[in-house]
Amino acid sequence: MLVLLAIVGFVVIVGIVAIAIYNSLISTLKQVENAWAQIDVQLKRRADLIPNLVETVKGYAKFEKGVLEGVTKARSALMSAKGPKDAANAENMLSGALKSLFAVAEAYPTLKANENFKALQEELSSTENKVAFARQFYNDMVMKWNTMILTFPNNLFAGLFGMNKEKEFFQVTEEEKKTVKVDFSGM
Amino acid sequence: MPAMDFYKQISDNKRMTILLFLAFFILIGVLAGIISLLLGGLNIYGFTYFTVFGILIILFAIISYYSCDSIVTFVSGAKEADRQKFNQLYNIVEEMCIASGLPKPRVFVIGDSAINAFATGRDPQHAVVCVTTGCLSRLNREELQGVIAHELSHVKNYDIRTMTIATVLVGIAVLLSDLILRFAFYSKGNSDSKDGRLFIVLIIVAVILAALTPLIANLIKLAVSRKREFMADAGSAEMTRNPLALASALEKISKDTEPLEAANKATAHLYISDPLKNNKGLWLKGMFSTHPPVSERISLLKGIKY
Repeated sequence: MLVLLAIVGFVVIVGIVAIAIYNSLISTLKQVENAWAQIDVQLKRRADLIPNLVETVKGYAKFEKGVLEGVTKARSALMSAKGPKDAANAENMLSGALKSLFAVAEAYPTLKANENFKALQEELSSTENKVAFARQFYNDMVMKWNTMILTFPNNLFAGLFGMNKEKEFFQVTEEEKKTVKVDFSGM
Repeated sequence: MPAMDFYKQISDNKRMTILLFLAFFILIGVLAGIISLLLGGLNIYGFTYFTVFGILIILFAIISYYSCDSIVTFVSGAKEADRQKFNQLYNIVEEMCIASGLPKPRVFVIGDSAINAFATGRDPQHAVVCVTTGCLSRLNREELQGVIAHELSHVKNYDIRTMTIATVLVGIAVLLSDLILRFAFYSKGNSDSKDGRLFIVLIIVAVILAALTPLIANLIKLAVSRKREFMADAGSAEMTRNPLALASALEKISKDTEPLEAANKATAHLYISDPLKNNKGLWLKGMFSTHPPVSERISLLKGIKY
């Protein structure tokens, strides 16, 4: 009788732990997915802003044609990109093209003074930042997920639930790989 | 000091909130008791007064918990920022929310040329971030980003709840003690047959009021340890990955000698840097300062490595 009770107790405890781990795994997985979706949202926002920018800049007839074409081409490359690697390449291309556009715009005082252009410049640089921060957050979440499924006792259950696959970091640069460290030992 | 732990800070803050509430109820209970004694004496009338006061205070506490953000922004003279007019500010707040995974807070602006900022609210879902117009005109985009990230770290660590509740509770206590002082003077003017008993009560009131002021100061200090500001600076660096921008913002703030007009002693500890510019008196400054020295914060930020 006592042995039976002990077995039942053990099973119940393991069951509760399994449920708790399953729930935290699922909620973290959703956070990772949500972070990934956020990158797409920001990329789409930027792509939507570009035709406006091109329209505004085109009015200044002398403006370099090549620069505008570069931006338009990078945008369509981004729109047709398949998979994270492709998208990352197109995205870098677009960032470069935009950078050269704004650099060239420096030489056109009337364009620089244009309210519409200034507003677009702020929108685009903010969206650039949002894309970068969305990626940073995605990588933070991936790190959280990877740490979670590899640490004990989660690793025992993660395999059981078929959720033991590590996620891939988005274009990991050396800078993004490391976390912030603060040393307060001197205080 | 050991390496910081943000989760420990969050649970410390939740425990601190409960402690604050307990300390508050004892303090307020004593104050309400004194007022009841003054009004009704030690009998059924006094007890009735005490009950009525108790119910009013509990109601007030509940209302302040749910509307502390509106109270603090109202007291500071802050107005909700217009989405069109303050487009860049909204953009920066959105960027930092993406970086931290926080929901978007409401954004407020104070029309004052001093450089300062604060955050308030009861949790990340009901948060307010507020900056001065001086912040917008005198800081560059990256510096402003660092300041906003610092405020959002306060939101993320639940500092806003502890700090705002401390503000409201201290406010109630000060209000009640002020009320007692007024009653005491009023009763003294009309002293009649109850003279003897009233005199004793007045002495008690005087003693308690004398004891009250340092207690309130300590309550604020407990709630606003220096660690909180350092943690928010580090949290800001974690969001922006650009600690030097916040360091340069703090440098600009420390060189700014203009006090923030809308700030007072009750709200001073909410701001990113001391808005009252208390720089006089060396030992006094150390005892009553609500903020760690800016130079210390800057050198820590510059030491953050990736």
